[in-house]
Amino acid sequence: MSNNITTEDILRISGVDTRKCMFCGKCSGTCPAFDEMEYHPHQFVYMVQWGMIDKLMESKSIYKCLTCFACLERCPRNVQPAKLIEAVRQAVIRQQGMNHMTENDIPGLLEDKLPQQAIVSAMRKYKK
Amino acid sequence: MTYSYYPGCTLKTKAKDLDRYGRLSAEALGVTLEEIENWQCCGAVYPQASDEIATKLSAIRALDAAKGKGQKLLTLCSACHHVIKRVNHDMQTDDNLRLKANNYLKLDEPYLGEAEVVHYLEMLRDEVGFDNIKKAVKNPLKGVKIAAYYGCLLLRPSGVMAFDNPECPTIIEDFIKAIGATPVIYSQRNECCGGYISLEDKPQAQKRVDAIVKSAMDAGAEMIITACPLCMYNLDANATEHRLPVKYFTELLYQALGIEEEKEGA
Repeated sequence: MSNNITTEDILRISGVDTRKCMFCGKCSGTCPAFDEMEYHPHQFVYMVQWGMIDKLMESKSIYKCLTCFACLERCPRNVQPAKLIEAVRQAVIRQQGMNHMTENDIPGLLEDKLPQQAIVSAMRKYKK
Repeated sequence: MTYSYYPGCTLKTKAKDLDRYGRLSAEALGVTLEEIENWQCCGAVYPQASDEIATKLSAIRALDAAKGKGQKLLTLCSACHHVIKRVNHDMQTDDNLRLKANNYLKLDEPYLGEAEVVHYLEMLRDEVGFDNIKKAVKNPLKGVKIAAYYGCLLLRPSGVMAFDNPECPTIIEDFIKAIGATPVIYSQRNECCGGYISLEDKPQAQKRVDAIVKSAMDAGAEMIITACPLCMYNLDANATEHRLPVKYFTELLYQALGIEEEKEGA
């Protein structure tokens, strides 16, 4: 899959300046989804900077981020890795036919107590 | 004090208790909640991408309604609070969004982030005051050890949310003390429960929930309280190894204020 998505595209969508990163790894150290991710928050920072966008776009890691803002809050340089992960995810689902989940998947996932908030969140995160 | 109240989608459906106990308790404390007319769902997730505009419009409409009434906008659901507060901050600071959103909405006058967004807990702390709540309590929950679960959305990013200290918050513990119970401090109280990942990867949510419930249990908690319907669901439905009762903070407030008995006695 060649996406023609560049470093500049991701920086523009995210509003992040990856050059501020000093590679301390605190973002990944505090990430509650660390074990589930192939590429971790600090890797998103340097992989975006080095133009390795396709690898990130093809990785399931973009669907494992919980968007809990721990990496963003605890970064000593305010790099905001969560925004990079979001930008890569957007770059994927904004393409035709690349929704990760749609309303058609929801009936099979419903549980009695499942709050609407979960469904609305999923549609915002996984679908355009 | 009268607030423009934004209940949100889930408080009208699966989280009716959070809403009902919140309304009844506010009334008992002399706070009036006027539901915003024709409010639209906030989308539950703040659109982080800087080029997202349409996904922020429903929050801007609610904010403009509160501004029109000259009232603060009061939220109860953590997700609504997070989205609306952050979109409001964007409308105060992001010229590009201000221009495009206002061009699209064509309001009577442009919305520039004038409304103030207040969470119900902030209203209790800053408007009513925890000391006054303590005085109004008829049934103190004496001896009950309660773990406050903050999760992510109320606290982070602290620069915008300005809710409490993001790593060492006290507002829910102060609330617990005000209703006569004992707060339990535990390390996982401001870590993520997994949130919406439950639909995508249940084991991942279960792992997070077990870590949180175990942390609360090890600290001696008998119960967890939250302001978030999704945390409520996760902490209950996705608990596997450890389990604690999970309640909305408004339900305990309602109990402590003795509203039920008053109504039955009347």
